[in-house]
Amino acid sequence: MILKSFLAASAMALLASTAHAGDVRIMWYSDGVEGEVFQDLINRFKAQNPGINVIVDNVAYNVIKEQLPVQLEAGNGPDIARVTSIKDLAKHWLDLRPLVANAAYWDENFGQQADWMRPDGSNQISGFMTQLTLTGGFANKTLFEQAGVPLPGPKATWEEWAAASKKVAASQQIPYPMALDRSGHRISAPNISYGANYIGADGKPAALDQGAKAYLTKFIDWAKDGTMSKDVWVSAAGQTYRAAADDFINGQVAFYYAGSWQIPNFAKKIGNNFDWVATGSPCGPAACTGLPGGAALVAVKYTKNPKEVAKVMDYLASEPVIKEFSERTLFLPAHKAVLAKGVDFKTDSPLVKDALNKFVEATKTTSDMAQKMPGWRWSDTVYGAIVTRVAQAIAGEMPTQEALTRIDADVAAKVKASGL
Amino acid sequence: MSRVTQFIFRRRGGKGWHWTDIATWVWLIGGLIIMFGPAVWLALSSFKTPAALAEFPPSILPYVSQQATVQGYDKPLTLFNATMPDGSTRVLAEVRRVGTVAQMVDPKAPAEIIKVNINQRTPVRSVSFSTENYVQPFLHFDFFRYLWNSVFVTVTATVITLVVNSMAAFALSKYEFKGRNAAMLVILATLMVPLSVILVPLYSIISTLGLFNNLWGVILPTVATPTGVFILRQYMLTIPDELIDAARMDKASEWQIYWRIVVPLTAPALAVLAIFSVVWRWNDFLWPLIVLSRRELYTLQVGLNIYSGELNVQWHFILAMTVVTMIPVVLVFIFLQRFITTGIAGTGLK
Amino acid sequence: MSQSQPATRPLAPAPKMSAASLALMPVHFIMGLADKPLRALQKAAGIGGMATFFLAPNMLIFSIFVLLPIIINIVYSLTGGTAIFLNERTFVGTDQYAHIFNCSNYLDPRSCQEDAFWTAVGNTFWFVVIQVTLLIVCSLITALILNRDLMARSFWRAVFFFPVLLSPVVVGLIWRWILQRQGLLNYILYPFGHDPVTWLSDRTVAFAAAVGVSIWAHMGFYTLILLAGLQAIPKDLYEAAEMDGTRAMRVFRRITLPLLMPNLLVVVVLALIKAVQVFDEVYVLTGGGPGTATQFLTQYIYETGFVSQPRNAGLAAAASILMGLVLVVLTLIQLGISKRNENKGKR
Repeated sequence: MILKSFLAASAMALLASTAHAGDVRIMWYSDGVEGEVFQDLINRFKAQNPGINVIVDNVAYNVIKEQLPVQLEAGNGPDIARVTSIKDLAKHWLDLRPLVANAAYWDENFGQQADWMRPDGSNQISGFMTQLTLTGGFANKTLFEQAGVPLPGPKATWEEWAAASKKVAASQQIPYPMALDRSGHRISAPNISYGANYIGADGKPAALDQGAKAYLTKFIDWAKDGTMSKDVWVSAAGQTYRAAADDFINGQVAFYYAGSWQIPNFAKKIGNNFDWVATGSPCGPAACTGLPGGAALVAVKYTKNPKEVAKVMDYLASEPVIKEFSERTLFLPAHKAVLAKGVDFKTDSPLVKDALNKFVEATKTTSDMAQKMPGWRWSDTVYGAIVTRVAQAIAGEMPTQEALTRIDADVAAKVKASGL
Repeated sequence: MSRVTQFIFRRRGGKGWHWTDIATWVWLIGGLIIMFGPAVWLALSSFKTPAALAEFPPSILPYVSQQATVQGYDKPLTLFNATMPDGSTRVLAEVRRVGTVAQMVDPKAPAEIIKVNINQRTPVRSVSFSTENYVQPFLHFDFFRYLWNSVFVTVTATVITLVVNSMAAFALSKYEFKGRNAAMLVILATLMVPLSVILVPLYSIISTLGLFNNLWGVILPTVATPTGVFILRQYMLTIPDELIDAARMDKASEWQIYWRIVVPLTAPALAVLAIFSVVWRWNDFLWPLIVLSRRELYTLQVGLNIYSGELNVQWHFILAMTVVTMIPVVLVFIFLQRFITTGIAGTGLK
Repeated sequence: MSQSQPATRPLAPAPKMSAASLALMPVHFIMGLADKPLRALQKAAGIGGMATFFLAPNMLIFSIFVLLPIIINIVYSLTGGTAIFLNERTFVGTDQYAHIFNCSNYLDPRSCQEDAFWTAVGNTFWFVVIQVTLLIVCSLITALILNRDLMARSFWRAVFFFPVLLSPVVVGLIWRWILQRQGLLNYILYPFGHDPVTWLSDRTVAFAAAVGVSIWAHMGFYTLILLAGLQAIPKDLYEAAEMDGTRAMRVFRRITLPLLMPNLLVVVVLALIKAVQVFDEVYVLTGGGPGTATQFLTQYIYETGFVSQPRNAGLAAAASILMGLVLVVLTLIQLGISKRNENKGKR
């Protein structure tokens, strides 16, 4: 009996690699509840289209980041995937333009981000953004109130936030006034506010300019003198991402710079412990910008069933589906019509609604430079080098000046090694 | 009673406490705490709610805030111990909190709102095991499918490992042939190449062979373990050659010698290899993660990893599923633990 | 060792096996069926040919899935670009090695262009030296204690062996939860008026934690090997020493240590190899931080080949080849040791 089922299983295991006609496999990662919401929507699609078998493979984000590129490079991979390195991998995406029911609908509603996920110079429709994100700050309003420090206004600079947060920290006995995630993407927002431009004339990375150097130097000093939480930056080596969210949730930080994606997380974990507000991005000399980003759902060109894939994509990109998905996940949608008509986020917390509205509002002050970053092929390379070296400087392994020159050298070496 | 204590604290020499006796028990009790403590804490933490997990100071046991339904309010309200201005404490339910002031009511007299500074109140909490962490993944996550895949990979890989490695070890220990030393040298040289170092080329091979998204793609690269060949060969070297010569005299075929004589005599070493193979394959993580990207093929270790997102990790689910995946290994160990020591004692490792 | 006293090992555990042998019946049947064709094979190939037959399955799998990737890796290290398949990669000669060895001062890793590699080499070296030494001391002490006349010895043995059963990821996770800011250690120290500390953000503490956790995870295995050796030392040697009134330390130095030497050597070599490969548990525990204080070679190779943007499989391969060379040296030492043991056994 056991032997029999074993033989059956081994036969099945051998067959498992062959795809059935009509199968559409979606590789999906989740930060919170979006996986369940997505599965719900897919189940509805399957009920309407019995001929198409859509299978959602939930994976860890690391699989998307580290393993999926290798699979694609080898011509494997799922039919549809939710990815963040959408520009780097653009050559693997399927052009949906000839396959979707109404290409004009896609151009109209997703046109603004379409360039983030297609090879340079094409008019390909690769997919759409499942969510837009924007970096921005959060303040622990209760701590500010207890300390009797007024919240800095909408045009406040990074210095003003630092000064106010330090007062709060001193009076409330919390370990860190401010925290910023260990992430090149996060730290690039203030860099750009300080006037940084990473993109050289030839489209390849330029050396760090005065703007970037000014903020990075300030940031390293802040981390060393305790204005910024050092813990999160020294908690890993290399370009590993680490969030400082738990410190904010525990009320250990007065001002936390992260982004819109933290809102559902805060709603769940902070609960009624204290009041928090989204503050938008503090200003630098050049701008008050956050950095946009997000995850996209794209079709992979190695699929055996392009027609079915297009059908699934058409369904998922349709206005009611996008609207429902955003409302239930508390994600900012990327769909023009949905945005224009307004989204009724499903939450009973006024804090969450205010925060989401604040981020929608903050998109207006996003600078042109920041808008370009998600669609630039080398942004991850620059982010990676910045995180690695800045963290080393904070840990006291090298002086700030050396870290800055090493960032340039690292980026140059990586560009050269990639052979592009 | 005294006989029991005597039995427990059996000492060197018998009379009095020699310093080594004290050192022994300090080491053993310390070891017990350090070795088991962390795992026990992990198990207890797996029953905490996400909010409780992020909290400092942490509690040993999982707690939740108590709630009460108060007349005039739709939703249950959280209960607090509030210190009154006169120094007395009362149990109050919080209606809402505005800044640093909490508006509270007495559940028995819900009409009157009492304003309390938030530093003057602490939540009323009770121990509660958040079984949600276990139930939710079982509902959303195809647990039994993953379990079956894990069992299939572990058992198949172990059986193949035992057969293939023991055959090779037999050839390398009981035959003289050209290239024997070369084969042994190559096997030993690769003994220490860690998998994480050859991931990319191995992936290109698996992909070429069409073993991508296939359980055999996980099984095959792991079965020809150099360690297994090494351990078994060392053990087989201790089997006297006379036994084999005698069997040949009796017209036994080489296969029979292997199967009827050498394998039974190598049983303790095979048991050790079997146990290690089970532990290794059950815990394999990095390689299955790369090869298996379809959910019907996930092993448990890959399955529990889906709770690591880009920006957030759902620790409560990961902890709960980690505890679940630990159970089978611990069971195998409890049942087979006597083989482990006797087996290692007998292998060429001595 | 064992050859000198083969009788102490139960050769045929026959009486206990009756239930097991019943279960093995079908297996015996299948293996019996294989005998006939194999006899024919033996007739054709001769006894020497049978050696090849026994070796073949293992070597075939081994060649495809272990040896071939290593060879491909050597070729990888001579190529560049981001492609996966060899035919799509561009040949760059020894550029990758030149990049690694591009240093202005060979004694200072910071002066190298690829400083991350050399820092990892330095970290790995110190990790190996410290971890292996402490690991062996701890395992030896534990083995000596478990060798005493204890109550419930198998329970205590299990206590120390238990972490060996856990996956490296779980080991790293458990300890991260203990050492982090909101962790158990701070909670234990809290009542003593100790402010919460982020233990892993201190270079020395993080390194010590990496060493400690890897000892915690692997100690049980080596303890058992040493315990097996201790139990094989004839009791009468100790009795004789006690009659002579020899001091305990002297007994340990003159009897225990020399007779335990073969086991100790095996433990040293296995522990060395394992320590050079250190990765998973430390990666989960510290991520290599703070700065690069706990970034080790395997992590460097994995991150260069898989994580960094753009991925650089060529550079990762070159680094792994250099690491492989070191490992081969260690293997040769091990080979020498086991050879010497074999010769001793024969004498």
